[in-house]
Amino acid sequence: MRYAMVIDTLKCVGCSDCVVACQTENDVPHGYCRDWITETVDGSYPNLDLELKSERCNHCDNAPCVRCCPTGASHIVDGGIVLVTENECIGCGACIESCPYDARYQHPDGYVDKCTFCHHRLEKGQLPACVSVCPTKCMYFGDLDNPNSEVSQLLKNRKHKTLAPEAGTNPHVFYLI
Amino acid sequence: MTTSRRKFIKISALGIGGVAATASAINVFGANSYLDDLVKQKVSKEFKRTATYCEVCFWKCAAWAYTNEEGEIKKIIGNEDDTHCEGRLCPRGTGGVGMYTDEDRLKTPLIRTTVNGEETFRKASWEEALDLIASKFKTVIDSHGAESIALIKHGAPGAHLEHLFQAFGSDTIAEPAYAQCRGPRETGFKSTFGTWVGSPEPTDIRDTKCLVLIGSHIGENMHNSQVQEMSDAIDNGATIITVDPRLSTAASKSKHWLAIKPATDIALMLSWMNVLIEEGLYDKAYVEKYGLGFDELKEHVKQFTPEWAYGITTIKPDEIRKTARVMAHAAPSVIIHPGRHVVWYGDDTQRARAMAILNGLLGSWGRRGGFYFKESIKVPKFPHPEYHHPKWGWKEIGAKYPLAEMGITSEVLRAAIPSEDNKYPVKALMVAGTNITKSIPDRKLLEEAIEALDFMVVIDTMPMDVTGYADVVLPECTYLERYDGIRSATNRHPSIAVRIPAVTPKYDSKPVWWMAKQIGERLGVGEYFNYNDFKEVIEWQLKEMGTSLEEMEKIGVKNYPRKSGPLYLNENENYQFTTASGKIEFYSHELKNLGFDPMPVYTSHPEPPQGFYRLNYGRAPMHTFSRTANNPNLNDLMDENKLWVNPKVARILNLKSGQEVWLRNQDDITSTFSIKVRVTERVRWDSVYMVHGFGHQNKKLSRANGKGINDTQLISKIAVDPIMGGTGMRGNFVTILTENPHKNTEI
Repeated sequence: MRYAMVIDTLKCVGCSDCVVACQTENDVPHGYCRDWITETVDGSYPNLDLELKSERCNHCDNAPCVRCCPTGASHIVDGGIVLVTENECIGCGACIESCPYDARYQHPDGYVDKCTFCHHRLEKGQLPACVSVCPTKCMYFGDLDNPNSEVSQLLKNRKHKTLAPEAGTNPHVFYLI
Repeated sequence: MTTSRRKFIKISALGIGGVAATASAINVFGANSYLDDLVKQKVSKEFKRTATYCEVCFWKCAAWAYTNEEGEIKKIIGNEDDTHCEGRLCPRGTGGVGMYTDEDRLKTPLIRTTVNGEETFRKASWEEALDLIASKFKTVIDSHGAESIALIKHGAPGAHLEHLFQAFGSDTIAEPAYAQCRGPRETGFKSTFGTWVGSPEPTDIRDTKCLVLIGSHIGENMHNSQVQEMSDAIDNGATIITVDPRLSTAASKSKHWLAIKPATDIALMLSWMNVLIEEGLYDKAYVEKYGLGFDELKEHVKQFTPEWAYGITTIKPDEIRKTARVMAHAAPSVIIHPGRHVVWYGDDTQRARAMAILNGLLGSWGRRGGFYFKESIKVPKFPHPEYHHPKWGWKEIGAKYPLAEMGITSEVLRAAIPSEDNKYPVKALMVAGTNITKSIPDRKLLEEAIEALDFMVVIDTMPMDVTGYADVVLPECTYLERYDGIRSATNRHPSIAVRIPAVTPKYDSKPVWWMAKQIGERLGVGEYFNYNDFKEVIEWQLKEMGTSLEEMEKIGVKNYPRKSGPLYLNENENYQFTTASGKIEFYSHELKNLGFDPMPVYTSHPEPPQGFYRLNYGRAPMHTFSRTANNPNLNDLMDENKLWVNPKVARILNLKSGQEVWLRNQDDITSTFSIKVRVTERVRWDSVYMVHGFGHQNKKLSRANGKGINDTQLISKIAVDPIMGGTGMRGNFVTILTENPHKNTEI
């Protein structure tokens, strides 16, 4: 089992529904977010490219946040999901600094928080909140170890990229381009 | 404490994860079994869900509101059986919970009073506020007639108030959704196909091969099923053509983005017609069978070559030809989308006509991948005595505009200003569910009208700017706290949805059906409100429709099979369109007889003078006009609008992204607040752009107050559509001020 998220930038309209769905699902306090939208514009008027995409923790195989965590609060569980155990986190912020995706933030209650791939929903057989709500259905989630899964098939058949590949983190959020 | 309980839930998930960790060495402390047990108990408890339909915008997606044991609304999820959302709400629907939790909500009725010479509001009881409204209304009825009480409304509460007004004898009713939004397209399409486009638009986007968007920015407007279907169309390999001076989100998804010079769309469409006809690409059989006036059209557009259009639109002739051929190749699975907010330059009905004519030439009306024949189911009217017949109403007020089919808000306001030739004096005004300081342009007219009124009531959930003008403010509870009318959807097949309160109203807020009944009883028309709870009305209606409230509570949405026949025309079907001629009217005798152009013509519109930029405005996906700006969830996503400026302009004016500027328009109106610059290639050098609905003046909106600029404030030059009274708003020009013009004045 290796969970991965695949996001189709050709369909994403950057509406931020994923962001607000995550907030209501995970009680993310106002003013913070576990996922967010980025916009990249290339070229000059009127020869332009615009890319909108939803970003979050990349649930890396080689996760710098896990390596640098002094208490082991940051850890990897089955399926490759990177999690933080709140009551073990001392809020030192080393993981925040080490993440090349800026995916972590300090929760007002002191611990460090980030995307969990909605681990609690997966256990109930549900998709992550962001994926389940996306109006453009541009987000896909599944098991990369299964070659027939939707995510495996999309990555097999479509051109894609990951973010900051140079960081060598082996991220598991993929973008179709 | 609820917060710690919520945290426990999170810990539970994480703790369980810890147990399952493959490399348990990573987790030094291991899982906390005590916490695990606590959390498992919590996780196993399900939220209660209540059927509703969304009121954050007009799309009215059916949804489930989830409440926890404390009765707090935790999340709102789309109803999977609903054709408006297919189980997926947009950000505003998902964030609808913020409408309920917003601590800045109107909490009690308010009555205007004077303290030490200063006007202010004081809290009032419902009894007192309703008595005052009834007595003021009675005074107007006795002295001028019920017709002199006007209603400007929007959304679900509007229906209850419309009923109240018609019960006491006023038909002086209007809503910005018509003359400030989609009115021209309804008139333009009706004069061509005999029918309004209506909402949701019956565009068969999911099955189209070519979607043409003219200034319509699906994806930034989150008209949910339209956005979903556009995404499906992208999956299916459809070609999108977008005509827009700005690189909209939709433009960025398009194979062809025609970066048109603003205000020249009709010229482009005339040249498309020229190509389709001159190259013989139009649907000849369809036009022959269903069209009227094709020969006149052919003669008319002969002169409008792509070369002619190039000089006007700045779109190259080969691009015009190429895109026309792409459309023809896809036809009849092609959609020239009618758009939604189409009040731009005053010739908007004619622009909508041009769109309709193009659809006619391509044979897309009534065709798969074009426009389908929509169907809805009628909700039976709860029995009540017959309505009165007012001596005048919105029709008479707007008579100057012969094809106006709904009240024109700006004309209703004008009717409040006393003058000798004003035969239809409006003396009292009720505003509900619309913030008219931002939804209706021309602030001078608005303020003059309000000043002249004897009495004004505002009903809203939030202290929007318009409440500041009211004599009485009534706090409405949100859609999550009330029963409302049954939503009957017009779609590929009929469906209904119900709105059931998930929680009891917060503060001292009340549903509008209750307010309407209370006012009605006080005005002596209680017999029109023959129920104690609106629930009884729905129960009766649902029973009449072969279902029950009990069933609807469980399913939220009920879908009905089509009864009106197929979605599309059958081959060679002898179909009668609902125009006067029964045909698709390329040439409109109706318009001709009324003294208007029978076929669209291009007229040039004023251009910004030196140092000024055209003020364009639009939507952001996470906001509905001004009503969501203070919503804590949605404000989190976007808390202010920005002024999009082309880098060339930024260089000339020495502007940097993030810099604070003020705007002044051609009529010397200066923005109250400042706006931050966003230097971006996505806009042309002759225009600036901002998202509509910001710059709130009411300090009670703690998050939205003073954030960004209210575009409507700067829209003082109105190009009125002579056919239906739409208020064209895209002809305003602004200059950018880098120094605070209000430095020495208090706002």
